[in-house]
Amino acid sequence: MSWVLVAPVVLPLLTTAALFLLRERLEAQRVVSTTSAALGLVAAIVLLGRVSDGGIQVVQFGNWSAPFGISFVADHLSAIMVVISGVMATAVAVYALRDLDPARERLGYHPVFHVLLAGINGAFLTGDLFNLYVWFEVLLISSFVLLTLGNRREQLEGGVKYVAVNLVSSLIFLAATGLVYGTTGTLNMADLAVKLPQADPALVVTLSMLFLVAFGIKAAVFPLFFWLPASYHTPPVAVSAIFAGMLTKVGVYALIRAFTLLFVGDVALTHTILLWVAGLTMLTGVLGAAAQSEFRKILSFHIISQIGYMILGLALYTPLGLLGSVFYLVHHIVVKGNLFLVAGLARATGGSFELAKLGGLYRHRPLLAVLFVVPAFSLAGFPPLSGFWAKLVVVRAGLEAREWGFVAVALVVGLLTIYSMTKIWQAAFWTPAPEGTTLRDDVPRLLYAPVIALALLTLVIGFWSGPFVALAQAAATELLNPAAYVGAVLGPEAAAQLGGTP
Amino acid sequence: MEVVLALVVGVIIAGALYLVMQRNLLRFVFGLILLSGGVNLLLFTAGRPIRGAPPLVPYGLSEPAGAVANALPQALILTAIVIGFGLTAFALVLLLRAYERLGTLSTDELTARVAEPRPIADRGDGEVAP
Amino acid sequence: MNSVILRSATNLLIAVLLLFSVFLMLRGHDLPGGGFIGGLLAASAVALYAIANGHRAAVRLLRVPPQALIAWGLALGVGAGFFALLQGDPYLTGQWLIFAFAGVEWKLSSPLVFDVGVYLVVVGVVLTMVFALEER
Repeated sequence: MSWVLVAPVVLPLLTTAALFLLRERLEAQRVVSTTSAALGLVAAIVLLGRVSDGGIQVVQFGNWSAPFGISFVADHLSAIMVVISGVMATAVAVYALRDLDPARERLGYHPVFHVLLAGINGAFLTGDLFNLYVWFEVLLISSFVLLTLGNRREQLEGGVKYVAVNLVSSLIFLAATGLVYGTTGTLNMADLAVKLPQADPALVVTLSMLFLVAFGIKAAVFPLFFWLPASYHTPPVAVSAIFAGMLTKVGVYALIRAFTLLFVGDVALTHTILLWVAGLTMLTGVLGAAAQSEFRKILSFHIISQIGYMILGLALYTPLGLLGSVFYLVHHIVVKGNLFLVAGLARATGGSFELAKLGGLYRHRPLLAVLFVVPAFSLAGFPPLSGFWAKLVVVRAGLEAREWGFVAVALVVGLLTIYSMTKIWQAAFWTPAPEGTTLRDDVPRLLYAPVIALALLTLVIGFWSGPFVALAQAAATELLNPAAYVGAVLGPEAAAQLGGTP
Repeated sequence: MEVVLALVVGVIIAGALYLVMQRNLLRFVFGLILLSGGVNLLLFTAGRPIRGAPPLVPYGLSEPAGAVANALPQALILTAIVIGFGLTAFALVLLLRAYERLGTLSTDELTARVAEPRPIADRGDGEVAP
Repeated sequence: MNSVILRSATNLLIAVLLLFSVFLMLRGHDLPGGGFIGGLLAASAVALYAIANGHRAAVRLLRVPPQALIAWGLALGVGAGFFALLQGDPYLTGQWLIFAFAGVEWKLSSPLVFDVGVYLVVVGVVLTMVFALEER
């Protein structure tokens, strides 16, 4: 029965092997890559179904019982994240069919893309802190390769910053993991949830701050986000869309996991720090975006501001706040990935990512304009699109927790997001094209397919938000009851030690 | 024993941070290598090093005879070394390529050179260097 | 590097090194050794050959591109876990096939398959890097 839990990792790895063997045959590579991404989505949905029906799913690798072996654990949050990564992987794989130049494909885009997927899914599913480090490295090194694939000047320059900052963050993560092991003698996350409360509280808070910095760099929170806008606009769209959708969210996922399961001993201190981080992240991200005039750079800064909302929900540490975080994650990944794909379509049609060189897209391609409006206004939080519900839940959670100041920041940031989106709308879609630019008609139709699919998904999340909220609710309930997680991994006795119901 | 090792870790990481903060990217990578060495030693120290036999089970027995060293930190360090090796190799290749394409490894100049306007028309991602 | 001594020595040593790397891999289940260190040794042997006889000679010696080694290694390593699924055990549980043949007891196991996979991946990855740097 354990195959569903390992499939999201094993399938991309086997695909990588197959793609390496098909090195010279690009057409076959494209078929295998897309099929595998779609199969991964199916497997992820099956996994989510299992978790919904049968509760938290656990596999002990090699039959070594926890905490001695490596466990894979899928609770609602993990399963939801795996599903959404499957959605993005499929969308981007389809987009890459027509977007990528053969030179980059020959350099190995497809196999490395699937290594990245294995890393992302592994990070979502693992129940072991050191194993999390390993999956982070897997996704990191494949993201390095994807980012610099093709060796263009901007890519190398952005790549150097990205690589440098992320390598340092990995080492901080590793050091923190080592110190956690030294403090508790275990690395299994469920076991840590039992043993960390017995350790010296001051030491645990210090460790939590090390993890905050390490995961914070990955998640691009204030003040650790500078690498993101320096690099995300440099690679091809098929790369930056998956980066924008998934990579920082792995960091957010790790933060949520760490600050609901492991470091909840001194919530008054740690989560207040998170609260300030969240507020400043929202604000700096949106202000940074206001100063930009390049399509993907604006979107990059908005990744940062939106991550602030997710951290805000986590920092409130209430059922509603965590519900908001999880719902926001799902909504944001779909919307942001889609906006990057739209940016790619705009460039394919208008010839540039620079807003100054774009124009007239609305008159030329009304469909493209609609496809921009749906995710853009969802991002800004217009009712009844998905972003509205996401922001509504987080803001309501903030009001219930009486954090008026941070609620005000969240609302102002929402308004400023509208400003950025209308700026893109105005410059790229509404105003006539600048002199001397020709709008192209030969944009492959297939490029529209994933964009339309993701836009429809945004609408579905917006209009039928009930099931999605219910899923996020289930995830939030589990997150606030670590005993359930511990019980699933270590058995009921360990859960009883935590004083909760397994 | 632990105190001495902790001090050594501190000294190594201090030296590494000095290198990491240099403007020259090659020194940055050297700093990173030193940093990962320091972190590995930290892992080793945190795993409570004891003088003991290697953690091997003699033939015919089902558990080690007598006290043996803790095998887990060693396994973690081995994994970390392998990962560090791969990342360092990648970082060095990246620097080599960056130096070829941009002609500098100074962080100040890198950004300036990319920002320079270029004569060729650039469509965004079509051009791929060999 | 053009040195007669290095070249002659390498041509003799490479067979021993490769054999020793296989030996290291096989003894790895119960004793120090294993697929990783064996693969590293094999890769070093080929790298040494590349230094002595040039990059092209090493590529010829290898016959297949290093990426193919990564692919087969990955497939073997990941595939070794599926033996356990066939038996209904969790993924990657070791499965053993012990039988007597020609008067000796043979022990075939899924960890061995996994180790061979690791060996191939390590050889492939290290040689990919070595060749990428040697090409210039």
